[in-house]
Amino acid sequence: MKADATLDCIGLYCPMPIAHTAKKLKELAVGQVLEILADDEGIKEDMPAWCRATGNELLGIEEEAGGYKIYVKKSK
Amino acid sequence: MPEKVTLAVFSGEMDKALAAFNIAIGAASMGMEVSMFFTFWGLNIIKKNQGPIKSRGLMRKMLNFMNRGGSKRLPLSRFHMFGLGKWMMGRLMRDAKSPSPDELIAMAHEAGVKFIACTTSMGIMGISKEAFIPEVDSFAGVATYLAEAKEGRVNLFV
Repeated sequence: MKADATLDCIGLYCPMPIAHTAKKLKELAVGQVLEILADDEGIKEDMPAWCRATGNELLGIEEEAGGYKIYVKKSK
Repeated sequence: MPEKVTLAVFSGEMDKALAAFNIAIGAASMGMEVSMFFTFWGLNIIKKNQGPIKSRGLMRKMLNFMNRGGSKRLPLSRFHMFGLGKWMMGRLMRDAKSPSPDELIAMAHEAGVKFIACTTSMGIMGISKEAFIPEVDSFAGVATYLAEAKEGRVNLFV
């Protein structure tokens, strides 16, 4: 998936990945896509919850060896 | 209008402070308006690390000597073992790239979390405003806490 920016959260535990995502997304324009790299398993549940709460769109979570690639579209 | 989250932070132990700050930072990241009310032992978390705590009267002087506080001096609520347990927990946290209480205070402040110190506890223990870190937004009482809490659906006592 194509992204406008990438955020590396490898090695970080909750709540740092969502805290950094919230901060990073502020720098993007509406409609742009942020790719988040993370390896804390909780992110699989946390990022969808964060997106529901903040009204941003979760485009997908790709599971790979060593972590996850998560795509979030800034929606507002 | 953003949803409100309030935390009454009564405990002064490092592990409990970590939990409180993680929830506060998480909530702020989700767009919620967060207030943390520090009361009683919880005041230790937001005391400055440097310098003595000045107070009047023998009993208050003794209390503030024994209960110095500051984010770097917080004990663990379990397995503190005169500091050995805390040192080991600090090592584990560094290995896991987990932020220290200091870093969490800075992050929470930057994320817009409001810090409020309880003036009743300050009065009883004889702690002045000068004893606290500059990140503290206000000094207030239970009415301020409740006015915030009644507008929120998430209220926690730590």
